[in-house]
Amino acid sequence: MKTKINVNGTMKTFEVKPDEYLLDTLKNSGYVSVRRGCDTTSCGVCTVLLDGNPIASCSYLSCRADEHSVTTVEGIPEDAALIADFFGHEGADQCGYCNPSMALTLYAMKRELKNPSDDEIRTYLVGNLCRCSGYVAQHRAIRAYLEVE
Amino acid sequence: MKYVNKIRPSVDGKGLMMGKPGYTDDLADINSLIVKVLRSPYPYAKILKINKEKAEKLDGVECVLTHKDFKRIPMTRAGQGYPEPSPHDKFILDDHVRHIGDEVAAVAAADNETADKALALLEVEYEVLEPVLNYENAYENKIIIHPEPEIHEMFPIGFEPKKNVAAAYMMNVGDVSKTLKECDVVIEESFYTQAQAHVMMEPHTANARIDFQGRLVIYSSTQTPFHVRRILSQTMEYPLSKIRVIKPRIGGGYGGKQCLHGEFLVAAVTLRTGKPSKIVYTRKEVFESTFSRHPMRFDIKLGAMKDGTLKGIDVEVLSDTGAYGEHALTVFMVAGSKVFPLYNKVDSVRFGGKVVYTNHTPAGAFRGYGAIQGNYALESAVDMLCEKLGIDPIEFRNKNMIKEGETSPIFAIMGEGTEGTAMNMESCKLEYCVKRGTELIGWNEKYPKKVMADGKIRSVGMAIAMQGSGIPYIDMGSAMIKLNDDGFFNLMVGATELGQGSDTILGQIAAESLGVDPDKVIIYSSDSDLTPFDTGAYASSTTYVSGNAVKRTADKMREMIIEEGAKALGTPVSETDFDGSSIKSNGKKITLSELSNRLYYSEDQKQLVAVESYVGTKSPPPFMAGFVEIEVDPGTGKIELIDYAAVVDCGTTINPALARVQVEGGLVQGIGMAIYEDVVYSSSGGLITNNMMNYRIPTRKEITNMHVEFADSFEPSGPYGAKSVGEIGIDTPPAAIANALYNAVGVRIQELPITPEKVLMGIIKQKDKE
Amino acid sequence: MKIDSYLKAESIEEAYKVLKENKDAVIIAGGAWLKLMPKTIGIAIDLKNLGLDEIIETDNEVVLGCMSTLRQIEKCKPLQELYDGIVSLSASSIMGITVRNIATIGGTIAGKYGFSDILPVLMAVDAELNFYKRGRVKLSEFMEEKRFAEDILTHIYIKKATSRGWFETMKNTAIDFPILNSAITKSSEGFRIVIGSRPYKAVKALKSMEFINDCKAPGADEIAQAADIAVDEIKFGKNQRGSEEYRKELCRTFVKRGLMAVIS
Repeated sequence: MKTKINVNGTMKTFEVKPDEYLLDTLKNSGYVSVRRGCDTTSCGVCTVLLDGNPIASCSYLSCRADEHSVTTVEGIPEDAALIADFFGHEGADQCGYCNPSMALTLYAMKRELKNPSDDEIRTYLVGNLCRCSGYVAQHRAIRAYLEVE
Repeated sequence: MKYVNKIRPSVDGKGLMMGKPGYTDDLADINSLIVKVLRSPYPYAKILKINKEKAEKLDGVECVLTHKDFKRIPMTRAGQGYPEPSPHDKFILDDHVRHIGDEVAAVAAADNETADKALALLEVEYEVLEPVLNYENAYENKIIIHPEPEIHEMFPIGFEPKKNVAAAYMMNVGDVSKTLKECDVVIEESFYTQAQAHVMMEPHTANARIDFQGRLVIYSSTQTPFHVRRILSQTMEYPLSKIRVIKPRIGGGYGGKQCLHGEFLVAAVTLRTGKPSKIVYTRKEVFESTFSRHPMRFDIKLGAMKDGTLKGIDVEVLSDTGAYGEHALTVFMVAGSKVFPLYNKVDSVRFGGKVVYTNHTPAGAFRGYGAIQGNYALESAVDMLCEKLGIDPIEFRNKNMIKEGETSPIFAIMGEGTEGTAMNMESCKLEYCVKRGTELIGWNEKYPKKVMADGKIRSVGMAIAMQGSGIPYIDMGSAMIKLNDDGFFNLMVGATELGQGSDTILGQIAAESLGVDPDKVIIYSSDSDLTPFDTGAYASSTTYVSGNAVKRTADKMREMIIEEGAKALGTPVSETDFDGSSIKSNGKKITLSELSNRLYYSEDQKQLVAVESYVGTKSPPPFMAGFVEIEVDPGTGKIELIDYAAVVDCGTTINPALARVQVEGGLVQGIGMAIYEDVVYSSSGGLITNNMMNYRIPTRKEITNMHVEFADSFEPSGPYGAKSVGEIGIDTPPAAIANALYNAVGVRIQELPITPEKVLMGIIKQKDKE
Repeated sequence: MKIDSYLKAESIEEAYKVLKENKDAVIIAGGAWLKLMPKTIGIAIDLKNLGLDEIIETDNEVVLGCMSTLRQIEKCKPLQELYDGIVSLSASSIMGITVRNIATIGGTIAGKYGFSDILPVLMAVDAELNFYKRGRVKLSEFMEEKRFAEDILTHIYIKKATSRGWFETMKNTAIDFPILNSAITKSSEGFRIVIGSRPYKAVKALKSMEFINDCKAPGADEIAQAADIAVDEIKFGKNQRGSEEYRKELCRTFVKRGLMAVIS
């Protein structure tokens, strides 16, 4: 069946199966930055923005995304570059596998939360796991990113 | 120093953050056949019959492989130097399966759906055998897990498969029984550490293709590309010269990718079909069918005099290597060799035991590699000894721990699989680390505990640790630098970047030696055709071993530049120098850019290439002191981490930001092992924790404060004074937290993880006693 | 989990008709947990675009559409205030926002999940449900029912009452399933004590409620007694996350703390 999704500002039509998940539809269309980490909605590495909201693309049926907009990290190049600078300064990027999903979630968080406390930041991001960095370096980088107008 | 000990963003972070393809599956040929594996539903069984006819006939299926399709050549999947210190006890596909998740057969099909259908069409008849599911019952059990006649060790490692022993080891300094008899105070305790899963975000994956030269090209998410190439060649009897292994970016390893995984099957499929193929492990396969940390039991005796002098250490260890013996001996030895030298002034030490087979998921390499297990047992036991002695735990450590200039007899005796290397601690700032950590955590104000207004209890605990920097006389790293026109360099290294930043820091080392900005050094790593050899990212070898190789190579290139520059200027080499941008002598100068263009196009044309290698003659340990402040809820047993202070001596930090995150990341993995993580089996031998819903790693809500600092230290044998830093961060949390918990509520947990249930039930049991 | 076909219902009548006429039809809610179901779904009926994802505040109630997400509930201002904010708080403690932006309250309730953090709270605030055919029924009644005839949950009603509330959940890591949780409220109608994730689904501690509701001015002793009664009357089990004994002790702690909090 056909599903029409606005991906990163471009209207696209995908031929999908009823039980196909957004993660696979995007990956099979060449969006390598959307990754599979766990199969059980537990890791956050597959995060994309649906109408600006972070969702686990591994658990969202593609046909439900019909007439919605989806953003992958390719759709937020300026913020991704900025976040990369702050992560790079802290050494927080490490293996990089979780980074695109982090960038998307941070992008959404910056627009959703005004002046978040440390705890609010951690709570917003809690579903985005990272096994390399130990989180605190990412937190330092996130604080710096939030300061930028 | 201009470029070393400087924060620089990693060379690849931005590209990867912005979504550029770089990982193994990103680079798979788009026409790859999908390889999927039928895995054993039983912990131990014999395969009586496999009928693959129906699967083979399915439209879209190109290849179905069973044990009958392979010559029976035993190998080890462990990514280690040759000859490997791990038993050759596995076959690519075998007629026995030894753990739930073990490979039974493989299919290659045009797409995922067809591959799944093909797996379902395979008809397998098993003879289900009784498994060994408890490593404390494995030794000399009547059930033998590896009766096959072909398996063998490569050199004596204590391999006795008829007794279910994969490896065994024993060492002795002095007469520990005699020493303990003469001690004023002796404690005797047992500790259990659990299996831990790596949970790297990128599941294991590999792909294969035949290139236009008819060579087999493997892309793999591996920490040891050269070992992959060799083991593939030997096991499949395929010429080494016809195999190329490329390691792209890796989404996390921590030792979990220091073993071969899917490479055999994609190689076999591609060689048979001529078509590219790929395998991507599901998370379930990562948990069940790759590797996890060796669970261990430590029976430890410590003896001391009334004045607090530690006199004797006697440790017996039992380790569970699961169904296959990868890393069995070496992890076992590190549990001793990178732990007990911490207390180097004892009269006698004894360390020994066995590594047994069970029908569990195989154990393998995991950051810390035995040291974290040994550290938990020793540093917990030391606190228990201090209590019996009535001596402050910090005072005890200051009195007994190893200091700069000293040595331990253990270094000479215990290597990693073989004999060790004697060495003095030319850099050891453990004293400073302990002192500074005490300040950072506020030990004097907080020790031992404080009851808060809401009834919760805050306390502090600590532990010291050491690790190593590569394996002396075994780990070799090398580097190649070539000068291009316009005066920039390519740096080719075998060293494996797996996210720890090795590409970046090796570039910084080269830049420092050459005197040029790191932007002028373009690094490419881990391609068995294009980069020189490196053993791989393990044993904390990259900064020290590969770093020294890079420094030597860059120093050599510098000499070559001066030599060619002197020729171009017509000046004597002894009066010519290179300042990073120009070669100068007595008022004459030529820029590097001009010289390089001349060397390519105008005069004395030649390609300048420098290549050097390095093998360590010692393994200078990084050290650290870890201090934790916790808050215990006596109503639920929950432990909240208030702060963790870690002071590390790793010599010079090549890149302070990257070094810091290596420690922070290691700490959180150690905290995970201490409190949150457990590999749990059902009574029938299947993993309950075979997905990330049931296996939980720390989230960012659990980790709030961490203070990591580095001691001002310099290791003369390391590149610009550096030692390695990849593993040391993980070692202290289990003991530090166990010690803090005891200080808080008087409950001593001797079996990891320290769960809230164990804490609460311990508190209640204590109250009942009173 | 396989789905043979997908239908975006144009109306609730259509959804009900298809559901009733096809044995293999299933209403999919957010779909967050679908792939963990082993079966094949013949027709997946989606209630998207029927306006059931709205949260409406009236004079006496907050009305949640069945398709409103846990994230919407978490951010809902009135729910951040009512009952000391425990409805919003319990929603916010469930996994991460990438799941809460998908998971719906309808899916949570229909699943009667033992591991739910929000179900005990909804029981403690005496929430009511509306089914398309059946009409209104109390959540606590629905939770006890064994049979579930084909019907469609459309709305959830939360009374606006002056009431104290307390919610506590014990987890390994922040996004894990609870080992045990508890919701306690005190309103003009008295105390309500609900224990969930036992690991079984949430239940009211009726005997404990009876006891504490009879006490004139409950102090520390009465509260401790109420906690002991709750521990004795409720059935706990063991699983990978915890033993029966541990859950009992957690229950004891939660009931004590919860009652203290709502009384103060």
